[in-house]
Amino acid sequence: MLIYIVKRIGLAVLIILLAVLALFVMLHSIPGDPVSIALGPRATPEIQAAYAAKMNLDKPLFTQFLIFLGNVLTGDLGTDVFSNRSVAKTLLGQLPYTISLAVASLGWAVALGIPMGCISATKPNGWLDRITGLVSIGTIAVPSFLVSIWAILVFAIHLNIFPVIGAGDQGDLADMALHLVLPSFAVGLGWVGYLARMVRASMLEVMGENYIRSARAFGLTTQTIIYRYALRVAILPTITLIGVGFGGLLSGTVFAEIIFARPGIGKVIYDMVLNRNFPVVQGAVMMTVALYAVVTLASDIIVSILDPRVRESL
Amino acid sequence: MTMDAVGTFRQRPEKLALLLKNKQGMIGFVLVVAFFLSALLAPFLATHDPAQLDIPARLTGPGADHWLGADQLGRDTYSRVLYGGRVALKVAAIGVTLSLVIGLTLGMVAGYGPRWLDNALLLLFDTIRSFPTIVLALAAVSLLGPSLNLILSIVIITSIPSYARLARTSTLALKNTEFIMAERSLGAGTFRILFRHVMPNVIGPLLILAAMDVPVVVTIEAGLSFLGLGVLPPTASWGTILNEGYLVIRTSPWPVVAGGIPLVLTTLGFTLLGEALRDIFDPKLRGIR
Repeated sequence: MLIYIVKRIGLAVLIILLAVLALFVMLHSIPGDPVSIALGPRATPEIQAAYAAKMNLDKPLFTQFLIFLGNVLTGDLGTDVFSNRSVAKTLLGQLPYTISLAVASLGWAVALGIPMGCISATKPNGWLDRITGLVSIGTIAVPSFLVSIWAILVFAIHLNIFPVIGAGDQGDLADMALHLVLPSFAVGLGWVGYLARMVRASMLEVMGENYIRSARAFGLTTQTIIYRYALRVAILPTITLIGVGFGGLLSGTVFAEIIFARPGIGKVIYDMVLNRNFPVVQGAVMMTVALYAVVTLASDIIVSILDPRVRESL
Repeated sequence: MTMDAVGTFRQRPEKLALLLKNKQGMIGFVLVVAFFLSALLAPFLATHDPAQLDIPARLTGPGADHWLGADQLGRDTYSRVLYGGRVALKVAAIGVTLSLVIGLTLGMVAGYGPRWLDNALLLLFDTIRSFPTIVLALAAVSLLGPSLNLILSIVIITSIPSYARLARTSTLALKNTEFIMAERSLGAGTFRILFRHVMPNVIGPLLILAAMDVPVVVTIEAGLSFLGLGVLPPTASWGTILNEGYLVIRTSPWPVVAGGIPLVLTTLGFTLLGEALRDIFDPKLRGIR
């Protein structure tokens, strides 16, 4: 058990290191001189020299990489050249928005997906099962950015129920929650189908077990059996799914943040890409990769505790 | 696994009959064929030149002249949607084919080659997967500027690991089977073993994965183009139609509806077809995507 966790953490660290290296190589393999790309054609030689010295671009490549790595590991993601603020600070300020959006999206997925899976597992191949099956495929097939656009069209423009722009007034919880409804729905909808299918499949597997049959023999209703006994076991694979899917969820939040003009990491990356503000893009990418690696690590460890079979795979 | 894989190829006629009986699979098949035909025959099916302006008709809804309405410049949305399908088809065809070929090769090498190479390749795949696709795409676009080729490269790089892992697992299972050992003892080279004997046995599941990968690829193209970071206007792609339609969403809902529906139908078609193929040919693939 402990060996697995140590190995898994080692792997995560190795992957983050490689990702830093990949990012570094990417930044240095672009055609042209990084200084003139970052500062644009109008910068004078003096400004260019000052920038190069400040970003350590005048040192040998390997030294640059070590400095870069050291900075990243100590949490220093560099300085935003335009506003002269610390990139890490800017990003950390945005992180809560992205995390609350991701969690709310998971909320939608769980709230809709798990009941759907239970309903279809009560009578496999019945008409309810067929309908939920179709809905599941539908939610999987529609891209989340399209859900965002269409949700705005229907709920914000035609029905005028939900606000479209921003994250709501700071401190006003009800307003912030209201602003979270549509974006999180758009991001979470894609996961409803996956969760429903996962719950249905593992539920059907569990329903064949002996202890469920004895529960039936004791005269418990199907409903009691499903919600009191089977669901508890059937929920395990969904934890894995959530871990595996978190990266997809992050990609989804990028689109939702841009379309709904919500603050967050994705919005920052997008704005900075348009402004060609490299230090911030680089820092934001690092932060997403680290966040993703940590979440996958956590879900792998939780699953390995719950399901011993996983441990052998590493 | 090996016997299954070999068996799969022997029982093709019966399996095809199963596919014809599978309702969802057939719906998917029809949608996929419609996608190919509409994209290939776009010049013949279109009623207008996709770039032709018709200012008096701007932002009108569906009508006799403009079947799906016209956009903010009066361009015919129906014709633009057809031509947009060509971009999607190009990205899907090139992206999926190249990632399949590269993934298959790397996967077989990892599975058949020495242990250190296997570990190194696995680590590489895990590293690629540690970048969320859209974030990687945004970073690359910020460095290199938006272009269709860049989208293709990102699609290929991020898709390779899932093909490679699948090919690697099957190759590992094949490595010590008798017919491969016999071949080796007869003096066949690694190249011949991999491409003559291992490949036919591992490629089946990868083809199914390819069908299920198309929606992902098409969505990445449309999504990036929608953000203005992929195919750029005035070229018609489903993403640019949505991008331009989103700016006028309060005046006319038609462009964002018309630009989105073909995207949904295409992803739905490939998902239904891919899942039907998977259930019939290789149910063990469940849960990979």
